[in-house]
Order: sequence, then C-alpha cells, then structure tokens
Amino acid sequence: MRKMLPIIAGVVLLIGLIKTVTPTSLYAGLFQGRVLADSLIGAGLGSVLTGNAATSYIIGGELMDKGIGLLPVTAFLVSWVTVGLVQLPAESVLGTRFAVLRNVTSFLLAIVVASVTVAIMGVL
Amino acid sequence: MKEQDKPGAQGKDSKVEWYFLALVAFTYVALYTFRPDLALDSLHESKNIFIKILPALGIIFVVMTLINYFVSKKTIKSYLGVSSGPKRWLIAIVSGVLSTGPIYAWYPLLNDLREKGLDYGFITTFLYNRAVKLPLLSLLIYYFSPLFTGVLLGVMIAVSVLQGLVFVQLERLGVLSGNEGG
Repeated sequence: MRKMLPIIAGVVLLIGLIKTVTPTSLYAGLFQGRVLADSLIGAGLGSVLTGNAATSYIIGGELMDKGIGLLPVTAFLVSWVTVGLVQLPAESVLGTRFAVLRNVTSFLLAIVVASVTVAIMGVL
Repeated sequence: MKEQDKPGAQGKDSKVEWYFLALVAFTYVALYTFRPDLALDSLHESKNIFIKILPALGIIFVVMTLINYFVSKKTIKSYLGVSSGPKRWLIAIVSGVLSTGPIYAWYPLLNDLREKGLDYGFITTFLYNRAVKLPLLSLLIYYFSPLFTGVLLGVMIAVSVLQGLVFVQLERLGVLSGNEGG
C-alpha cells in the first residue's frame, strides 16, 4: 500500500487534469457518421476519459441527442468503465503485461459488447 | 516464477512510482507556466477526488490488513483457485459488482491476494464487473431505457467470465509472466 500511494496520488492528479482540460462539447465533433470508425472512436474516447460512470451516461445521452448511433455510444459507455489508460500505471502493480493485455482486450471487448447489445436490442 | 516476474516485485529500491508522480507534477508546473487558471482548477478537481476516495482507501487498507492476518494462500487457492470450480466465477462477479470506490484503490489489495495465489483470470473478471454500477442503474435506465440496461449488463457479465477464462489460459501459457511490475 505504501508503494502504491505515490501512484494513486499521480493518477488522481492526472484525472483532475484531464477532467479540467477536456471540454465535453468537443466529443461529438470527433464522430464521423461511419459505424465501425465511430465505434472505434467511441471506445477510444471512453478509454482515455475517466471519472464517475454517471458522467459517461450523461455524455452518452448527449451524444445520442446529437445523432451519434447507439453502437458507438455503447462502446463509449463500456470502455469508460472497463478500460483505463490513465490508471494503467497504477494497474501495472499487478504486472505490466497483465495490465496492458487486460486493457487492450477490454478495449476490443467494448466493441464486441456494444455490437452484441445493439444486435439483441434489434431483435427484441 | 522468477522473482522479477512476480507482480509488484520491482525491488525495494525501485523509484518508478516516484518518477511517475514527479512526471505528473512536472506537467502541472508546465501547465501553470502557460495557463495558471487551468492548473489551479485541475488541482482543485484533484483535491475533490482525493476527498471522495479517502473513505474507500481506508476501507481497503483495513481489508488488506485483515486478509494479511487471517487469510492464507491455502484458503485463497481452495475457495478462489482455478480448481475450485464454477462458484469462483460467481464470487468474482458478485464481489466485482458490490465493490465500491475507484478502481485504482483496489490494485494494492488485488496485488496482495495475487501474492497469496489468486490467479489473473479471477482478477480480470472481478475488474470487469466493477463496470456494473448498481447505485447508478436508475441513471442508466433514465438515459438508455430499462431494456437496454438489462441487455447491456447481461452481455457485460457474460463477457467478463469469457475474458477471465482467456486470462486463465494466458497465465497457463506463460504469456503474462516476465513483467517488471509498475
């Protein structure tokens, strides 16, 4: 725990920085109107951004209002809570290879989860 | 497993964590030079986050102390080990869903459990299920409908076990060893 304290302090300071310097109005402009590209952008955005999951629901809702599809928005929501680039230095205490592989697979799975969820929604 | 392969085994003299903190501090100093308002706002935001996570850190510290005193490697292996059967996946899912606080506060505890024999598959499924936020369900339902919420959570829980099983295999194949720790 003692060894983790400077890492936790650094991660918290990084999260504070990212939350302050990235305006939410910027996000919608990143999407291009193509499902695959937008899903990658959604998952990428969710991986980089961090904070309470409630914030991602609100941003996701705003993105939907601006015409972004359910698949990219779902990928964004899932990667927000399953991928953590900012937390990667802290997660590396469990092993760097594990941390990197877990985040990479979680990024890919965010798109899989979004695709399956939207497909099931289409059937129901 | 070699000593340097063990999670968290970066040697007593390692300063990596302090270099990381110094790098973040340097970023703040650089930002303050050009945009002092943004740097101060970021510090204020960070202070708020610190205050918010302090109770969770306290709880995790207590749990870690209790585990160190009362839970042996044998107990971990018999209840949560690969050979303990399907119930361990249920434990990983339920504990992941019920765990609170920021994810990074849980890493020291998971590292302790890892050193007591917990496998990467269990940790992976636990971490994935931290994405299921029970207190925030009403908000998710409000923005995205009850049906979407139910389907999404069901798919995520299923995928969490799938990812856990993949990491069990990756660990068996030795793909996850050879790391140098954080």
